[in-house]
Amino acid sequence: MTVFLHELKQNRLSVMIWSAVIAFMLGVSIMIYPEMSSQMGDFSDMFANMGAFSDAFGMDQINFGEFMGYFGVECGNVLGLGGPIFAAITAVSVLSKEEKNKTAEFLLTHPISRGRIITEKLFSVITQIIVLNISVMAVSCIAAIVIGESPEWGKLALIFLAYFLLDLEVAFICFGLSAFLRRGGFAVSLGITMAFYFMNILANITDEIKFLKYITPYGYTDSGYIIKNGALDFKYMWVGMLFAAAGIITAYTVYTKKDIK
Amino acid sequence: MKAIKTTVLTKYYGASRGIIDVDLAVEKGDFYGFIGPNGAGKSTTIRVLLGLISPTSGKAEILGKDIQKNKTEILASVGYLPSEFGFYGNMRVKEMLSLSSKLRKQNCEKEAKILCERLDLDAEKRISQLSLGNRKKVGIVCALQHKPELYILDEPTSGLDPLMQREFYTILQERNAEGATVFLSSHVLSEVSRYCKNAAIIREGRLLVSDTVSNLGHTGVKRISLRGVKNMPEIKDIRDIKTQNDTISFLYGGRTDELVKILASASFEDINITDPDLDEVFMHYYVKEESK
Repeated sequence: MTVFLHELKQNRLSVMIWSAVIAFMLGVSIMIYPEMSSQMGDFSDMFANMGAFSDAFGMDQINFGEFMGYFGVECGNVLGLGGPIFAAITAVSVLSKEEKNKTAEFLLTHPISRGRIITEKLFSVITQIIVLNISVMAVSCIAAIVIGESPEWGKLALIFLAYFLLDLEVAFICFGLSAFLRRGGFAVSLGITMAFYFMNILANITDEIKFLKYITPYGYTDSGYIIKNGALDFKYMWVGMLFAAAGIITAYTVYTKKDIK
Repeated sequence: MKAIKTTVLTKYYGASRGIIDVDLAVEKGDFYGFIGPNGAGKSTTIRVLLGLISPTSGKAEILGKDIQKNKTEILASVGYLPSEFGFYGNMRVKEMLSLSSKLRKQNCEKEAKILCERLDLDAEKRISQLSLGNRKKVGIVCALQHKPELYILDEPTSGLDPLMQREFYTILQERNAEGATVFLSSHVLSEVSRYCKNAAIIREGRLLVSDTVSNLGHTGVKRISLRGVKNMPEIKDIRDIKTQNDTISFLYGGRTDELVKILASASFEDINITDPDLDEVFMHYYVKEESK
């Protein structure tokens, strides 16, 4: 537990700031919904009929004029970007920072196996992602109640679950990378997240490259699909979980044998 | 059972040399110096011993246990001081010390307090605010506070002022007297010759020699400097001759009394006979190695 707690302590400020910022932004988006919807009226149709633009952000499938539709899109913009970016930069540095800061020689010469260190660090990343997601979810629900909306809670929960899984997948892939790296890897992790994000947008616009949805975790966070079907898109999701598993396996196999510089 | 034993231990970093065929044997209770110039392979050897890097070939045992199979067990009875001590961002000294003891599942508070006092280290300060020497002290306390059986110290005194160096060695000698084994690397021959019982010299990845410190120091070679010498007599067994202005200096490997007899016939203004410095000791063993 020592490494796990130490890791959380080291990162507490970062988790708090990211959670607060994302929760605040999503909260504000929800708070302005009543005003938006009263002014929108016909705009709703317009949003849904802007051709490729609507497709790109999945707005063709949802009713922007309804709270759930509006929430799905806003959630995708705020939590859908902020969450995985936080997950990526946290996970990519969690192993590599020990070598970067020369603390590896301190940590790894204590009587604790590398496997144990990897496990505790992995759980610290998961915990941080849980904290972020729960904070954002709590603030969103409170905001929804404050504005007098009664969303479909089940579907709302599914949307949050999808973004939580997205965060985990990105984190686990970056965790695998972290085992190789000796420096921060900030740019790499950000690049991966962005690549996934744009892959999804491209796949939304062009049917020929729809297969990209299997690769990008954003394939299963499509709120339009979730609201319509009341379920996650499993055909995309299981591929993502395979990527996540590969990331974790890589981390263990590489880091337990790594030569520490 | 030896405290440290390596058998033809070899480590290559890709194609570049780390250490080659190192056979090292350190008895329990020894105070052992590991000497060599920078890049000779001292740190590589130590890092293999601690399981930070895995050997390319060969075997190493610490306290009778295999370093690869029983790494965690071994680390529990070892105190390690890295040559460059890294620390976590905003931690205070006492937090770092308590992290180390928690990772060892030991309560070392009492010992940590004593060590901090003896080394004049303020445990309340943030490590980021400390000078290089004081950061080194944090590393020292981390390596010493759990009273391990074996101390592996990589360049322990670099950055410490002479007073602290003395206190540090006093503590090590006390621990050694209580039965612990000390293994330290250094490129400062004087501190090794003062405190260590046995030593090994490593150069370019290979162990050149290991012996008692007194045997190593008496290489049988002296550095002779003669100033204002006229009609320099012929002397056997000399090498590394350097001439500067009116001074000629050379390494002499023969009997000193014979040298004095030969020099009696020469005329010179001044003479200096000294033990060779570390580089020259290396040179001595290096030449011996090559001529084998």
